[in-house]
Amino acid sequence: MFKKILIANRGEIACRVIKTARRLGLKTVAVYSDADAASLHVEMADEAIHIGAPPAAQSYLVIDKIIDACKRSGAQAVHPGYGFLSERSAFPRALEAAGITFIGPNAKAIDAMGDKIESKKAAAAAKVSTVPGHLGIIEDEAEAVKIARKIGYPVMIKASAGGGGKGMRIAHSDAEVKDGFARARSEAKSSFGDDRVFIEKFIVNPRHVEIQVLGDKHGHVIHLGERECSIQRRNQKVVEEAPSPLLDEKTRKAMGEQAVALARAVNYDSAGTVEFVAGQDRSFYFLEMNTRLQVEHPVTELVTGIDLVEQMIRVAAGEKLALQQKDVKLKGWAVESRVYAEDPFRNFLPSTGRLIKYRPPKESSADGITVRNDTGVFEGGEISIYYDPMIAKLCTHAPDRATAISAMGEALDQFYVDGIQHNIPFLAAIMENERWQKGKLSTGFIAEEFPGGFTGNALTSDLKAILSSVAVTADHTENRRKRRIGGQMNGKAVKYSHERVVRLGNDWLPVTIVSEDDRVVTLDNGKPCFVRSQWAPGEPVWTGEIDGKAVSVLMRKILNGYRLSHKGVSVDAFVFTEREAELARLMPAKKLADTSKKLLCPMPGLVVSIAVAEGQEIKAGEALAIVEAMKMENILRAERDALIKKVHVKKGDSLAVDAVIMEFA
Amino acid sequence: MQDILEKLEERRANARLGGGQKRIEAQHGRGKLTARERIDLLMDPGSFEEFDMFVEHRCTDFGMEKSKIPGDGVVTGWGTINGRVVYVFAKDFTVFGGSLSEAHARKITKIQDMAVQNRAPIVGLFDAGGARIQEGVAALGGYGEVFQRNVLSSGVIPQISVIMGPCAGGDVYSPAMTDFIFMVRDTSYMFVTGPDVVKTVTNETVTAEELGGASVHTTRSSIADKAFDNDVEALLQMRRFIDFLPSSNTSPVPELPSFDDAERFDMSLDTLVPRNPNQPYDMKELILKAVDEGDFFEIQEAFARNIVTGFARMEGRTVGIVANQPLVLAGTLDSDAGRKAARFVRFCDCFNIPIVTFVDVPGFLPGTAQEYGGLIKHGAKLLFAYAEATVPKITVITRKAYGGAYVVMASKHIRGDVNYAWPTAEIAVMGSKGAAEIIYRQELGEPERIKARVKEYETRFANPFVSAERGFLDEVIMPHSTRKRVARALNMLRNKELQNPWKKHDNIPL
Repeated sequence: MFKKILIANRGEIACRVIKTARRLGLKTVAVYSDADAASLHVEMADEAIHIGAPPAAQSYLVIDKIIDACKRSGAQAVHPGYGFLSERSAFPRALEAAGITFIGPNAKAIDAMGDKIESKKAAAAAKVSTVPGHLGIIEDEAEAVKIARKIGYPVMIKASAGGGGKGMRIAHSDAEVKDGFARARSEAKSSFGDDRVFIEKFIVNPRHVEIQVLGDKHGHVIHLGERECSIQRRNQKVVEEAPSPLLDEKTRKAMGEQAVALARAVNYDSAGTVEFVAGQDRSFYFLEMNTRLQVEHPVTELVTGIDLVEQMIRVAAGEKLALQQKDVKLKGWAVESRVYAEDPFRNFLPSTGRLIKYRPPKESSADGITVRNDTGVFEGGEISIYYDPMIAKLCTHAPDRATAISAMGEALDQFYVDGIQHNIPFLAAIMENERWQKGKLSTGFIAEEFPGGFTGNALTSDLKAILSSVAVTADHTENRRKRRIGGQMNGKAVKYSHERVVRLGNDWLPVTIVSEDDRVVTLDNGKPCFVRSQWAPGEPVWTGEIDGKAVSVLMRKILNGYRLSHKGVSVDAFVFTEREAELARLMPAKKLADTSKKLLCPMPGLVVSIAVAEGQEIKAGEALAIVEAMKMENILRAERDALIKKVHVKKGDSLAVDAVIMEFA
Repeated sequence: MQDILEKLEERRANARLGGGQKRIEAQHGRGKLTARERIDLLMDPGSFEEFDMFVEHRCTDFGMEKSKIPGDGVVTGWGTINGRVVYVFAKDFTVFGGSLSEAHARKITKIQDMAVQNRAPIVGLFDAGGARIQEGVAALGGYGEVFQRNVLSSGVIPQISVIMGPCAGGDVYSPAMTDFIFMVRDTSYMFVTGPDVVKTVTNETVTAEELGGASVHTTRSSIADKAFDNDVEALLQMRRFIDFLPSSNTSPVPELPSFDDAERFDMSLDTLVPRNPNQPYDMKELILKAVDEGDFFEIQEAFARNIVTGFARMEGRTVGIVANQPLVLAGTLDSDAGRKAARFVRFCDCFNIPIVTFVDVPGFLPGTAQEYGGLIKHGAKLLFAYAEATVPKITVITRKAYGGAYVVMASKHIRGDVNYAWPTAEIAVMGSKGAAEIIYRQELGEPERIKARVKEYETRFANPFVSAERGFLDEVIMPHSTRKRVARALNMLRNKELQNPWKKHDNIPL
């Protein structure tokens, strides 16, 4: 076994690898760019070595710098994490030449599986079922259209070297193929330095199911069951689970056997993932194999009890896999939510900056429920513009799916992040979604369930009862304190009315506080409600019990009230006396400034191009401008037909949120 | 007997109707509440006691004798806010447009006299059409009486003005002499001469909102300290605000039980100051993390944003916070910042509110606009205010404290009681680059040597220790312990006793 390993990665995955290495008694070496000097993985590792400037191409992607760091620190092996160098065969080759072990599959296996076109050929040879498509390299748009027609619409255009949804386009027509081909190519070029793309049949209502495989250097390969990752937004996974609600034992076995066969065919000798696209009828086709540890590996770990990083390290050190297929038992259900720094209310635009507050739910294991939070950030840390905007991977594990989901909902209700925008309300809304709860998934889930984008969950009467009880008791706690302020007349505390009206959004709900101490409140329906909480003013999470049920609500103080977030609902709550409510109802609603005649910059970014000129007529849906943020080009399109009155910015301008880009007549 | 009692109730009910149901509805139609409704919101339920409900004007010109309404356009009295006595007068727009008559002014001055004699804050709610023209000079005289009392009460009791409708002409000067002015967005405006007169005299066309709306006065003129969305929001916030203020210059700061541990460490503050000295950060994060429960009542939030002022609590007791804001103009002091912070510091000093100052200041803002605008005297106001203040003064330097601005920001030299610095602090005459280029001017042609000189200067001065060696700092502290340190220092200073030499009053550079 190694004595010291280096982790050629950053963020949560570097931290996660360090945790296992430490448990195994290995010393760890972190590497970091300028942007990561104060990162958590640097803090956690035994040693840390600086490897260059913030852009990954000048640090995390430079093989020589990693090898140099190994030599300087005496690390005997390198874990690549995911992304960066994890699937570049040049990396294990270079490590081998330097006498350092790669904690991952052999270079040949990476070559065989890393290229999507090559991998399909290998899969076909190993008798793995594959999707119809064109596996050759496509030269130009015309050829792309020809091929697409032959396969039949809809088709998918994908980057040959890609992953994670970058450089991927779905096309339903010749025009879309042309457009998508050019874009997929340029994105592939900028993301992977390789502009090859290919086209294949697009399966309607598909589900994404993948099999975790594990092999050693002695030809032994097993699988650890499946994960379902159908909940994706623009091909980026958002929520994953293990096992899949789609599979039955028979399909699981068949899929697992095909995955193992493929892994064997390429002499796979580490942890890897064989991805399938599955139809609702449980038909499945090979998609690709990821020759690395997946982001969503924790759900497999939770249901199998196997530490995948430990297994990777052991097999890399030449140990025989101690596990046999029959040892792998799937226990319970695990769900993972990816917490991203992106604003779900503004079309998921990336958000970067300082984490002013970062209070994740406590990791715990009690009563059969486990909460695990893999993270690489900390309060006071930074979500940098240079890398993946992931904040954390929150996982729950429970004996059954419904319990795992409700535990996730509860954990998300306690997850407080401030300083940047994040998708926690969206994740919480997914947990509340009935179709998700029933497991009726497809990769179109998000687009179908949130067709107009995400605007927050609706307030149901149950939620109104919960949130008004929380608001009224929080307000009561604050009021009781105010009544103890010094310098009062007669030294006597003021009496407060126990009749209250809670304004929740546009609802006005009468609430009576029946008893001072036990906080019995009576809601509109006359039913008493017992509220118990240790919440004190200033705390960002209200936790307590309402009628014996555990409830957590995120709360932020606003002028005269609270902003409450709970189960995907975000609502402003104001607690009034009856007289205050009567007068507050007289107040006119404030009109928001009319922005329909303006194109506002949705995020801080750089103007890449302006696609229109003043005086030009445009149709709804046409591209108006491209703004780059977080290295991603965002195309801003016209929401309706209009005439361009004035363009306020030019290429190269750096814009703040809500800067006016252009005005319409 | 029963009859007589009922008569009283009848008369009261009649008086409470003010200008009548139609005018009340018109007031609501404009998105405004009536004077009595406003008082209901401001005061503890049932605590308001009205005075002079039956006062009527005595004007007999222009047929006014036929038009009399009890109360005469202003509701006055006293009540409590969370049990503490507060005096109030509220202009009643439904009665003669709230215009000021001699009798109306008397009602106000009666309340003013009581407030100052009995040492309790006074709140004025403004929504009125100016002087009652039919009364002529009698009304003007009334204004003068009010103004005189504003001045005599200044520094004795807190005086607060909330502008909730029109406030023009003679009406503006009473608020102008109070401690704080708050406005309601879209329904209030304040100016000396209105749009019509402006048009006649200067030929400028301007709306009331453009001339004196809440936006103008909170961002440009700095007349108003804060603006709120509507009457309810404003008045409920006034209740919150009053909780921060002592009742008078002889009362202690009000104390609330605190839920926040004074010993709480906030580790995230250790990464607040970015590694790059030219990168800004939000000083408000430090304020919110240092004070009780993150509860901060900011004053003049939208004006001179390069300096932050406001009220908070430490262990339940009010403190005034002054902080440079690196996010805006790099936190430099300019004329506006000087005026804004000076007035705030003087308010705190008047009312025995300790001042906590967070410093990250690269100097005064250079340029002709500043110099022509009187930066010297405006900057001197802040220096003067800090130097004369005798309340406990605690200073924490987080990063830059350069040049004269360092001295201004509650430094040890102007009687800072406890002066802390974070390890990231740089206390120097100026930035290292500028300093090296002056000291080694003859080497300017040699970039490499100058670079080395800058480094040399940096090593020597870009830290808090040179100051600490001289005792200009009492201690270099860890950022995460700021709350604990400040709370302890405030406790230590609770019995501070310091007197300036007797004088009639000082002569601050106005």
